[in-house]
Amino acid sequence: MITTNDINNLEEKARTIRKQVVNMIFEAGTGHPGGSLSCVDIITVLYFHQMRYNPLEPDAGDRDRFILSKGHAAPTLYATLAECGYFPVNELHSLRKMGSLLQGHPDITIPGIEVSTGSLGQGLSISSGIALAAKIDNNDSQVYTLLGDGECDEGQVWEAAILASHYKLDNLTAIVDRNGLQIDGPTEKVLSLEPIAGKWREFGWHVIEIDGNKIAEIIESFDEARRIKGKPTVIIAHTLKGKGVSFMEWICAFHGKGLNKDEMKIALQELEGD
Amino acid sequence: MESKSTRDAYGDALLKLGDNPSVVVLDADLSVSTQTNKFAVKYPLRFINVGCAEQNLMGVAAGLAIAGKIPFASTYAIFSMRAWEQIRNTIAHDKLSVKIAVSHAGLTNGPDGASHQSLEDLALIRVIPNMSVINPCDAVETMSAVISETSRKGPAYIRLNRAKTPVIFDDNYQFKFGEAVKLTEGADLAIFATGTMVHKALEASEILKKEKINARVINIHTIKPLDETTIIKTAKETGAVISVEEHSIFGGLGGAIAEILAEQYPVPMKIIGVRDVFGESGEYDELLEKFGLTTLNIVTSARDILRRKK
Repeated sequence: MITTNDINNLEEKARTIRKQVVNMIFEAGTGHPGGSLSCVDIITVLYFHQMRYNPLEPDAGDRDRFILSKGHAAPTLYATLAECGYFPVNELHSLRKMGSLLQGHPDITIPGIEVSTGSLGQGLSISSGIALAAKIDNNDSQVYTLLGDGECDEGQVWEAAILASHYKLDNLTAIVDRNGLQIDGPTEKVLSLEPIAGKWREFGWHVIEIDGNKIAEIIESFDEARRIKGKPTVIIAHTLKGKGVSFMEWICAFHGKGLNKDEMKIALQELEGD
Repeated sequence: MESKSTRDAYGDALLKLGDNPSVVVLDADLSVSTQTNKFAVKYPLRFINVGCAEQNLMGVAAGLAIAGKIPFASTYAIFSMRAWEQIRNTIAHDKLSVKIAVSHAGLTNGPDGASHQSLEDLALIRVIPNMSVINPCDAVETMSAVISETSRKGPAYIRLNRAKTPVIFDDNYQFKFGEAVKLTEGADLAIFATGTMVHKALEASEILKKEKINARVINIHTIKPLDETTIIKTAKETGAVISVEEHSIFGGLGGAIAEILAEQYPVPMKIIGVRDVFGESGEYDELLEKFGLTTLNIVTSARDILRRKK
């Protein structure tokens, strides 16, 4: 049973991750702050509450797996993996630097990263393959993948959506980070996705809609996904792009833009005082 | 001479591999054409039809490989190229053991026309780092190559053919990854051939022999990594080189050999292939004739190149 204390602890973890993300992108000089901040709470719940894994045994066959299909949110995943102990927190300073471990987008060479991503639209296919392998082997491990909402423009997402439903991959949970913005503007202006929940439902998925920045709702949705048998689950997580930093929230320009020193300082102050 | 298509041999090889629980076969709604249907009938739990969705085919295969399986992903050669970026960014970049086995390469899909033929795939796949490229010359070599690929880690592109072609090797033949195979002795010139063109190169060497021209025919089944040592040694010993492939003259076997020889041991060279045009509908043999992929063209090219040889 989840307690208020547990939720407070997870919120504190999320705050730590957000501060790391701001620092990392400031130090790197480039990156994707908006979509990294929107999904912090989701990734925090996955790694500090939901998933079964052991950083000391990263290749254990029965581990749950997470695939960051929206690979541009790499700073969030890196900060989380460091916090879990996959590599030293100190390594976070090297993001995007020449010769560093932490490539601009998730790379297979990084401890805890299951597969390289960054080219949009591919994570759901890859996750479906892993889920199929688990079914073949009667392995009860779970597969989670996080997609961007703009990413759902990619046709391959829907090829995979048909497959996961056809093969009844109830060990697969997709989360769509529905922050409403993509590079060129609001998703509904660039290429309308609505009714996005209806689309997934018609493709044969169990659909849950939540506030994706509310820890308790995220936890409940993962519990529900585990209970659903015979079909895959998608969680449409309504989030705020740039969440936690007032001048970035719902500002499209912060999709892919580094932070200057003043912006970094204000951001950290806000995150500290929240 | 016995004839059998390499796609048939692929289907048979998969059946032989069925006892290996790691082997999983995927197809994109072409299982009858690619011959993966034989495996599908016998091992339905390890056969995954993704429908006609090639990008997803490569992504799902990648996921299976990540989870420890040895996936064979099949479709037509040309349609696998629709997923080039998935192959590059996931399968090749992460060195996943996905075996991309594609049928109907080159002009063998004759009557279907240009849309279903593939004359550009070797160039497109060869340029990707970490990717291995295997183009077997007959059914025996295909069987051996497919089986041996299950014990080699990393991705491979295995290029197969629809048409029945002569079986060159006997059943004792063993495919050795990355090693060129000398089929005839000769020091007047070398003919490097791959896939369906190997038996035509052998026919050409017979005709040339009657003219007292001794051609060394070498079967290049592994186009990447290319057997550089053999290529340079052969260029030194023969002084003139012809390459033959059922592919564009750009970026395939000829391109690969030229890249090596231009830097390390330039000799007169002729690249036989399709000369920067699309295919069209027609019977397979008619198309080979039209595009100059014939025994006669190899013979004529051999005579020409000897005149250029110093």
